[in-house]
Amino acid sequence: MTQKEWPLWEVFIRSKQGLDHKHVGSLHAADAEMAIQNARDVYTRRLEGVSIWVVESTNVHASNPDDAAAFYEPANDKIYRHPTFYQVPDSIKHM
Amino acid sequence: MMTDSTMPAQAPAAAPSETQAQLFPFVLQLADTSLILAHRLSEWCGHGPILEQDLAMANIALDFLGEARSYYQYAAELEGKGRTEDDLAYLRSAVEYRNPLLVEQPNGDFAVTIVRQFIYDCFHYHLLLQLKSGPDAQLAAIAEKSVKEAAYHIKWSSEWVIRLGDGTEESRRRVEKAIGNLWRYSGELTTPSATEQALQAAGLVPDYAAIQQQMAAHIARVFEEATLAVPEGVFMQKGGKDGRHTEHLGYLLAELQYMQRTYPGLEW
Repeated sequence: MTQKEWPLWEVFIRSKQGLDHKHVGSLHAADAEMAIQNARDVYTRRLEGVSIWVVESTNVHASNPDDAAAFYEPANDKIYRHPTFYQVPDSIKHM
Repeated sequence: MMTDSTMPAQAPAAAPSETQAQLFPFVLQLADTSLILAHRLSEWCGHGPILEQDLAMANIALDFLGEARSYYQYAAELEGKGRTEDDLAYLRSAVEYRNPLLVEQPNGDFAVTIVRQFIYDCFHYHLLLQLKSGPDAQLAAIAEKSVKEAAYHIKWSSEWVIRLGDGTEESRRRVEKAIGNLWRYSGELTTPSATEQALQAAGLVPDYAAIQQQMAAHIARVFEEATLAVPEGVFMQKGGKDGRHTEHLGYLLAELQYMQRTYPGLEW
C-alpha cells in the first residue's frame, strides 16, 4: 500500500451574511467536496458560519518575510494615505 | 442523558390518546435504532482514520443520540407507566431491544462503517421525510428537526461510498467486501414487522414500499457513480425488530448499560 497524504486545504468561513470570509485554519481532504464537508464538521459545529470556502494550500502564494522592510516600511511615514480625518457613524459596523 | 428536555415541540399536557398510545412500540424501535447506531459511531471517537473524520463520526453519533432521546422521551410518555427515557435505554435487555440488525453490526474497518451508515441513512432520510408530514404531531416535530441532520448524513456517507468504490484498489476491495457482508441486513429496514403492519393498516406508520423505492433509487445512483454493483438475489436476514438479535448487541449493551447496571440509579 502506498502512503499518500491527502492535500492540505485552507478554510475560510463567513460568519454572517454581509461579512467577508475569514481564514480559520486548514485541514486535509481528498478533494474539494470532501474539504467542504470536513470544514463543516471541524469549523462550524458551534454556529460559526453561513458559508465556507476552501482553497488548496498549494494554490496560495505568499509574500516572503525577508521582503518585509521593502514591502511595508515605506508606508510608515505616509500618514496622508489613511482616511483618519473622517468620523465613522456609530451605526457602521465592521469597518 | 440529563433531565433537561430537548424535545423539539411542547409535549402535550394531556395523556396520550388511545390511538397515540399504539405508537409506543414503533417509537421505541426508532429510539433503539438511533441509540445503537449512535453508540457504534461513538466507538470511533479517538480512533478515526484522520482527525477530520473522527470529528465527523462523533458529530453524527451525537445527532443520532439527540434523536434517540427525543424518541425515548416520547415513548416514555406514550407508555405512561412511569418509566423514564433512562429506564428505557439502560434497563432493557437485548431481547427487548427493537432495532433492526443492521445498526448493531460491529464497526469493522472504515469501509464497513461507511456502508452500514450509507444503507441506514438511505432508509432514515426517506423515513423522516414521511414522518415529517405524518399524522402524529410529536413524531412529525421530531422528524422535522432530525431530517436536516439526516440530509447531511446521507450526503456524507454517499460521498464516501463514491470515493471508496472509485478510489484505490484497496479501498474498492474493502468497500466491496463490506457491501457483501452487510447487504443481507438491508432488507429488514423496509420489511414491516407484525407491529408495523398493524400500525400501517391504521395509517399511523408510513408505507415502506414507497420508501424502499426511494432508497433503491438513491443507492443505484450512488453505486453507479462509485462504479459498484448493487447486489442481487441476497437472502435477507431479519428479526431485530422482533427482538431476535445477532450476538453483537449483547456485548454492545453490556458496555452501554454498564454504569446503570453496576450502580443502579447513579446520577452525575
